[in-house]
Order: sequence, then structure tokens, then C-alpha cells
Amino acid sequence: MEIVYALAIGIVAGAGVWLLLRPRTFQVIIGLSLLSYATNLFIFGMGRITLHRPPIIGDEGVTDPALYADPVPQALVLTAIVIGFATTALFLVVLIALRGLAGTDHVDGREPDS
Amino acid sequence: MLITHLPVLPIVVPLVAGAVLVLLPDEHRVLRLMIAFSSLGAQVAAAAVLLYLSTDAVPDIWSEGVGVYAIGGWPPPFGILLVVDRLSALMLLLTAIVALAALVYSMAGWERPPQPFHSLYQFLMVGLNGAFLTGDLFNLFVFFEVLLAASYGLLLRGVGVRRVRNALHYIAVNLAASLLFLIGVALIYGTIGTLNMADLLGKVALLAPPERALFDVGAAILGIAFLVKAGSWPLNFWLPGSYSAAIAPVAAAFAMLTKVGVYAVLRIGTLLGEDDAAAAILGPILFYLGFATLLAGTIGMLAAQQLRRLVSYSVIASSGLLLATLGIGNEALTPPALFYFATSVLTTCAFFLLTGMTDRTRVAADAAASVPNLTAIELPTPTYLAFGVREPQPYDTSEEVGTAIPAAMAFLGLMFVCCVLLVAGLPPLPSFVAKFALLSAALNSAPGGQLPHQTWLLVGGILGTGLAQLIALTRIGIRLFWGGGVRRTPRLRVLEAAPVAVVVLLCLALSAMSGSAMRFFEAAARSLHAPEVYTRIVLSKPGADQPSGGHER
Repeated sequence: MEIVYALAIGIVAGAGVWLLLRPRTFQVIIGLSLLSYATNLFIFGMGRITLHRPPIIGDEGVTDPALYADPVPQALVLTAIVIGFATTALFLVVLIALRGLAGTDHVDGREPDS
Repeated sequence: MLITHLPVLPIVVPLVAGAVLVLLPDEHRVLRLMIAFSSLGAQVAAAAVLLYLSTDAVPDIWSEGVGVYAIGGWPPPFGILLVVDRLSALMLLLTAIVALAALVYSMAGWERPPQPFHSLYQFLMVGLNGAFLTGDLFNLFVFFEVLLAASYGLLLRGVGVRRVRNALHYIAVNLAASLLFLIGVALIYGTIGTLNMADLLGKVALLAPPERALFDVGAAILGIAFLVKAGSWPLNFWLPGSYSAAIAPVAAAFAMLTKVGVYAVLRIGTLLGEDDAAAAILGPILFYLGFATLLAGTIGMLAAQQLRRLVSYSVIASSGLLLATLGIGNEALTPPALFYFATSVLTTCAFFLLTGMTDRTRVAADAAASVPNLTAIELPTPTYLAFGVREPQPYDTSEEVGTAIPAAMAFLGLMFVCCVLLVAGLPPLPSFVAKFALLSAALNSAPGGQLPHQTWLLVGGILGTGLAQLIALTRIGIRLFWGGGVRRTPRLRVLEAAPVAVVVLLCLALSAMSGSAMRFFEAAARSLHAPEVYTRIVLSKPGADQPSGGHER
């Protein structure tokens, strides 16, 4: 399962980097989104991939820490998702403003040959 | 009782003030200004008291210059910690001073609605103060994001196609850097199981070799993210464009932004790289990157045609000097580097504030070039309505705000000369003292022995770039004040002139008191290079008797 997970992160991140380097603002924002998905998956993976283990210790008390999933990466991912969502929304606003002001969707605000 | 809660004030006060300012309608201008100023005043006071406490003046409260505040009362390796030591207290004070100067300046019409200014400004302070105070890596990320989000909004102030385009680049670069930051944090957590900075130190040594390699990769990725923020050479092409596109008070407040990156490098670097084999590899990399940054910044200064771009490049050059000095990894160089750090922050602030006034010496025909949205406004795009872009040209000088000062050109010239001396490092201003101390510490670092070639490179770099910067600044000064073409004397308001003058005077005071300042920086450097003390104090903080409300049920 780890290899599939790692490959998935790699493919998404690769696609994100490629799009990030493209000249159109829409491609850049999709690239950044893909990169942030890949990063979030990566953080989650760093908490070790486990199945059927709760991250929260219930009333029964602690028996063996190995029976539980690590909750910290999950909390980190949650924070990272919220922050990434907000900044992407802001980027979208700037993108539309640039489109309106410059009349083009090139990241430099003008076509390279004009 | 208040004194135990003091470390959290620089975060809570601007957070509350910013939230109130979001909700308060624009009509209450006086009330808004009062809130903004009292918040910043409180931050200056809190930072000053923290600085005083961190010098061990009151050993009953903090011992050995380190104060720990556990939010929620959880015992240290687990909870969220704020840690104040000399370095972070110094950063807090610098931030508050720079921000206060820029806020006073902005009252001369730069902060007018409808675009939000004051709330974003307060949130910028939350991010900056938090980044300096936090004791764990993930909260460092969170506060970086807070300050970046606020800086995106502030950078866009005034809109115009040039600003929006540069803001787009700035946001894209910083978002990518934030993702690198997250990857680094995740790798560190995945290998070592903690994000608490103090806890890292003890656990790094326990890692098995394969895990250690992964940890090093994580730390290196984290370092790349910091270097992007610090404006290190191959990662800094976004910086001149976005800083020179921002309005003057915002650019001045941004003086602290690149320095956050340098601070993070300094903090994490000294924490992890003490007696380490990794330091032997990373030190030279940091040195050469910093050296390249110093050269790139200076070349940019020589090439710049506009004063604002030139100042932006000088930010890069000062970052480069700091990074190169830290890369040498010699303890004796840290105190002068900190001195230079403090001066360069004040310098950048004063110089950016000054550019807002010198821009107005150009006559209107020329000024159209600096106001790109004049033509763009005619486009009937819904964007304008949606973002309130149709505000009148907000920074025209015809509007009278506040009292004007006499002898405007003489004042501008004098301040310009002071800033030139500050950037180039000439006496009697403190950057001369800082650079001199740096050179002397570098040359004395191996008494009788052979100096490493890096030290010679650094010495040559400091002297050579100082001369080149002086040439660049003199040239642009001649063009600005004596050159041909039509010039007009701008009407300078006290509100704009006073902050610049006060910051320059502060620099003068710093150079007059450089002896005691240097002693403080030496103590700060000592505690930086003895991270065991930091670790011991942070980790020995018990959770039970926390001064927080979380435990008082």
C-alpha cells in the first residue's frame, strides 16, 4: 500500500510542479492546488499509514500506544488544508483582478510577444 | 500576575485589535486610528519590558534570559509554547518600532478606506510577533502564513496592474515556499516525533542513521523555505518587484519580513547545528549562498534606475551579508551580525518611508509612469466594481492632510544622505559600527593562525559591496536632487517627515550607545550558541503551575 500511496503523491506533485511552471494564471493556481494536495497527503503519510486504529484515546484508558494512530499529523493536515484553502481563494481573487486589469491571463500581465 | 502573561500579549493584542478593526465601519476614522495606535503602543511597551526581563534584570521572574509561556497549560513537549529569549525580544522590539513608524507615516492619507489597511496591518503584526515568539515548528508555519496572508492584502493596496501582477508573483512564490515548509515539517515530525524546537535538540542525537538522513533532508527543505523568505540569491527574483510595487509605509513594514527568514535560519540553525557533522556541510553552502546574495543585491543596486528598486535590492544585499556571516559559523561573528541585523531593519524602514516622499519630486508627466492604473481605470470591467478599484487616485498630493514642514528639499536631502550612510556603512551611523565590528571579529577570529579563505571573501565582500553601494546611491542621489529636468518641491507633512527623522535619530542613538548595545548582542549570541540552556529551561517548565486559564477549573 505504501508504494501506491507514494506513487500517487509523486504523480500529483509532479503534475503540480509542471502546471506551476506554465505561463497561464489558471494553470498556476491548479498547479498550486495539486501541490498542496500532494503535500497534505505527504504529511498524512508521515504519521505512518495504519488501518482500523482510532487516533483518540477513549475512556478505557491507555493500554498500548501502538494500538492508536498518531493524531498529530492529522491535526497538522487539517490546519494545512484550512490555510491552503484560504490562500488559494486569495490567489484566485488576485488572478481575476489581474485578468480584469491586464486583459490577459498571462502571469506577467502581458503576452510575451506583444 | 500580568507579567507572567506578558509573552502572549504581542500576539493577543494585535489579534483583538485587528478583529475589532474589521468590524468597525470606516466612518469612525479617529476611533480606528486610536485602536491601531494603542495596540501598537502596547506592543512597543510589551516588547520593551520583555527585552528588559530577558537581560536577567529581574531573576525572580525568568532565569538565564529565557521565559516560557505554555498556552493552555500543557507541559512543554506536548503543548503550544511561546519562548522569549534575548533574540526574540529584540526582534519584537524592532518589529514594533518599525511598525509604529510606518503607521504614523501612513496617516498622511495612505491608509484611507475603502480598502482595508488597519486590520491587515494588525494581522501582519500578529504573524510577525508570533513567528518570533513561537517555540515549535508548526506554529512557526502558522504564523508565517498569518503574516504572509496579511502581506498579500497590504501589497495589493492601491491596486493598479503593476501591483496586482507583482502580488501574483509574490503570492505564487510564497505559496510554493509554504508547501516546502510543510514538507520539511512533516519529514521532521515523521522521523523524530516532535516539533518542539527545544525537544528536537536532544532527540536528533538518538536517531539511527537512515532516519537521520531523512531528518537532514527535512531540515534542508525547511532551510530552503526559510531562504526563500529571507530573499537568498537564486530564490529572490520575486523580491525587488513586489517590494518596489508596494506603497511606501507597507514596504517599510515589510522591512521585517525578509528578516523573519533570517531569524528562522539563525534560530533553527543554532539549535540544530551546534556540534554537528551537518554544520560542516551546511555552513559553507549557507555562506556561498549568502555571498552570492550579497553580490546579486549589490549588482542590482548598481543597475537600478528607480530609488525604490534600489532600496529593494539593498534589502537583498543586507540579507546576503547576514546569511554569509552566519554561514561562517563562528560564534564571534554573531554579535556584530545581530547589530547589523538591527541597523539594517531600521535603515530599510527609513529608506522605504523616504521613497514615498522623493517619488513626489518628479513632475506630473513623469509621475504617470508610476501610476499605471490611470489608464486602466477606463476599462469597464466588473472587476473594478467588485474590488472597489474605482477609488480616486489615492495618493495624489493635492489633498492637504496635516501640516507641511518647511525646507522640504533640504530635509529630503539630509535624510537621503543619512540613509546612504546607513546602507553603505559609513560613520557616524551604526551600520559602520556593525560592519567594523564584523570585520574586526572576522580578522581576529584566528589569532596567529591562518584565516580560512571564507573569512577573506567575507571581508572583501563587505568592503567591496559597501563601496559599490555607495556609488549606486550617490549616483541616484545626484539624479534625484541635482540632475536635469523639471523638479518640483513636494509638500511634506509632519506626519510623513517625523517617522523618517525619528528612525534616523534612533539609528544615531544606537550608534552612540553601541557599547551597551554590543554587550546585549554578545549576551544574545552567547545564549544562542548554548542551546542546551534554552532546551533545559523550556523542557523543565512544569505544566501544573501554569499561569494560564486552561487549568483553573
